[in-house]
Amino acid sequence: MAQDDTLTRAKAVAAQVPDPELPFLTVADLGILRDVSIDETGTVVATASPTYSGCPAVRVIEESIEKALRDAGFQARVERAMSPPWSSDWITAEGRQKLRDNGIAPPGESTSGMPVMFAKSSVTCPACDSTETEKVSEFGSTPCKAQYRCRQCLEPFDYFKCI
Amino acid sequence: MQAEAKSTGLQQALFDVALQIGDDHLILGHRLSEWCGHAPTLEEDLSMPNMALDLIGQASALYTWAAELEGKGRSEDDIAYLRTDREYRNCLLVERPNTDFAHTMLRQLYFSTYMRAFWAENLDSPDPVFSGIAGKAVKETTYHIRHCGEWIIRLGDGTDESASRMQAAVDALHAYTGELFIDTDGRKACIDAGTISASANIQASWQQTIDEVFSLAKLTAPEVPWPQTGGREGLHTEDFGYLLTELQYMQRAYPGAKW
Repeated sequence: MAQDDTLTRAKAVAAQVPDPELPFLTVADLGILRDVSIDETGTVVATASPTYSGCPAVRVIEESIEKALRDAGFQARVERAMSPPWSSDWITAEGRQKLRDNGIAPPGESTSGMPVMFAKSSVTCPACDSTETEKVSEFGSTPCKAQYRCRQCLEPFDYFKCI
Repeated sequence: MQAEAKSTGLQQALFDVALQIGDDHLILGHRLSEWCGHAPTLEEDLSMPNMALDLIGQASALYTWAAELEGKGRSEDDIAYLRTDREYRNCLLVERPNTDFAHTMLRQLYFSTYMRAFWAENLDSPDPVFSGIAGKAVKETTYHIRHCGEWIIRLGDGTDESASRMQAAVDALHAYTGELFIDTDGRKACIDAGTISASANIQASWQQTIDEVFSLAKLTAPEVPWPQTGGREGLHTEDFGYLLTELQYMQRAYPGAKW
């Protein structure tokens, strides 16, 4: 029973850790916090997955989760899980809304069935909801974002890439 | 006893493969990073270092895995920074100089198309670390192929100047693609053990994508009488020495430097 309480509390602490590059999102919103458990020595083990292989924020995120757990009084360590690979489909509904509220278009449906080149974009403008948008650059300010522009309201915006 | 010897042999073979692919990613990632601050447009100044990050991130995962397989206590950084040129096993294609934007995009298309096919074929590898890296990388390489493939088509089917420079890149780099499909002894052992897939399927898939892009880009692949090889045995081109000097400068000048 006490163990269950500890686990619930540890899960809540880990889930609240913000992403360093998108601080309005938590690691739980992004779906990168995969699991929280307690091992036989009583240490809290949080498992996280990187969004992109080369994401420079990976270590910062892992350290932030560990620090948050330690600050809350837990013995803690963070493990990295590569498999199954993180997918933007794992961003929660709440996370998607937070992205929109902050001017970033959330990722679309999984692209695995689409042609690799010259696929039609169906990104919705986070400012005016128009689908009349165009890609400016496949790559943006972080590995997980691309740059778009709305042809209706002319607003440039970030698109959280679908992967 | 025999089973143990067999598994040690396979471990060594897997180490060879991890090192070859890890080196391919580190060296190409370094080449792409050389464009940072020099790209033809601001968007490209973002895109090439972004792709470099993906490649160096994959190299890091592959070197960590290689270090575990080797079991000699080396770290991923030891492997990346503290070897001499003959110890690097990357293919020659990835060390070719950036030259111009056409060369850089084509080198990337050749490599990313190969890697995407390679990872796709190995998604179900019985080695969990390997299949984990594959699952991540197959998605990222799709972005890379889209980016350079679309550029190559625009440039090849563009102005007289862009078309001639694109074709010049094909003429210069095509001879380096054969090396991607050479099964070294390490690869053969892994293929025989069922840990990685044979090159034939990968080559067919690679050829199909390259043919599609070249047909849209109005480019012609030259006949290659003498395929350029040697990187997998540690025999590199002259340009590689200069690259390595820059890559390793910090660790050679300030051994063990940390920040």
